[in-house]
Amino acid sequence: MNATNSTNELRGGSDRRGPGRADGDELGARLRQAETTDVGALVDAALRRADAEGLVDVGWVVEDTPVGPLTLAATPAGVVRIGFGHEERVLDELAGEVSPRVVHLPGRLDEVRRELEEYFAGRRRSFDVPVDRRLSRGYRRTVLEALSREVPYGQTVSYKELAERTGNPQASRAVGSAMATNPIPIVVPCHRVLRSGGALGGYGGGLDTKVWLLRHEGALLG
Amino acid sequence: MPVTLPPFQSLLEAHATDLHRFLVAAVGRHDGDDLFQETLISALRSYPGLRHADNLRGWLFTIAHRKVIDQARRRVRQPVPAADPPEVPQLDGDTLVDAELWAAVRRLPPKQRSAVVQRYLLDRPYAEIAAVIGSSEDAARQNVRAGLQRLRQEVTR
Repeated sequence: MNATNSTNELRGGSDRRGPGRADGDELGARLRQAETTDVGALVDAALRRADAEGLVDVGWVVEDTPVGPLTLAATPAGVVRIGFGHEERVLDELAGEVSPRVVHLPGRLDEVRRELEEYFAGRRRSFDVPVDRRLSRGYRRTVLEALSREVPYGQTVSYKELAERTGNPQASRAVGSAMATNPIPIVVPCHRVLRSGGALGGYGGGLDTKVWLLRHEGALLG
Repeated sequence: MPVTLPPFQSLLEAHATDLHRFLVAAVGRHDGDDLFQETLISALRSYPGLRHADNLRGWLFTIAHRKVIDQARRRVRQPVPAADPPEVPQLDGDTLVDAELWAAVRRLPPKQRSAVVQRYLLDRPYAEIAAVIGSSEDAARQNVRAGLQRLRQEVTR
């Protein structure tokens, strides 16, 4: 449709086709000829400049790990989201809940990537990278903060125990939903929370991942 | 109710390549690279304030078109010093192989230039061209026609 219109245009608006091609035909063809460049490096440079001007609210990168690719995202305040897989859904959700200024900005994730690499290599037991907890609110946030503070590497706790530690022993279901909606898994170690009696419970990244992490930390044998 | 805007990343993935082609076509490779970065930075600055998410492509190209106009004005105010190398299209690293033609495109007034590049290089409908150059659809057609006419006079066949 467009191509046809353009061709007509080059003939001075006439619909005529046929011999004696107007010179415009050739001109139009020449105007269409321009290869595309790989703009990746230019985009990256522009985004780094934009970041320096405070214009990037959320930077993200995908990192390959032993438990599969992770989508890592950070605000200037810290790591705000870790998603299992390379999911556009994670970026959409960040655009809605934090800011639409979400762009690929690997430099902002350097520290968390380094710490994750050390963690997966068995050289790190807790994370020092700043986290931005704005995606958790109310009691869920309280529970996740208690988890980060009180359940160290290699240990596990039950939903019920965690509820008790937040001074709210009846709240084990609310603890369960706090774990299920943890925006920053691994760094905020919801994999260390099990059912009473030792059953695994659920995990956003899949039970295989939960088992892998617990074995890696020596909290689960076999 | 606040508007839901997609992640800026999705605009980059959908439009960055064409945006760069447009700017290189309009001002040449060297300045095109600069204006491309400036366009992205300006777009990021105003993105969260957008009141609707219709035609984000048109919005991005409007910013780019304004960069082309600003650059043309700067050129008029500050003519290139004689010591500078003449403005020749750089074939080296230039994506536009038809040097003579593109040099002529870059001598068009900015509105005609944007209109011709949008129409032919990017194959856009007139409604969108009109939005980009801030005119009516008729005026967009007129700018394309006038631009082509001038190119025909300037370019050897």
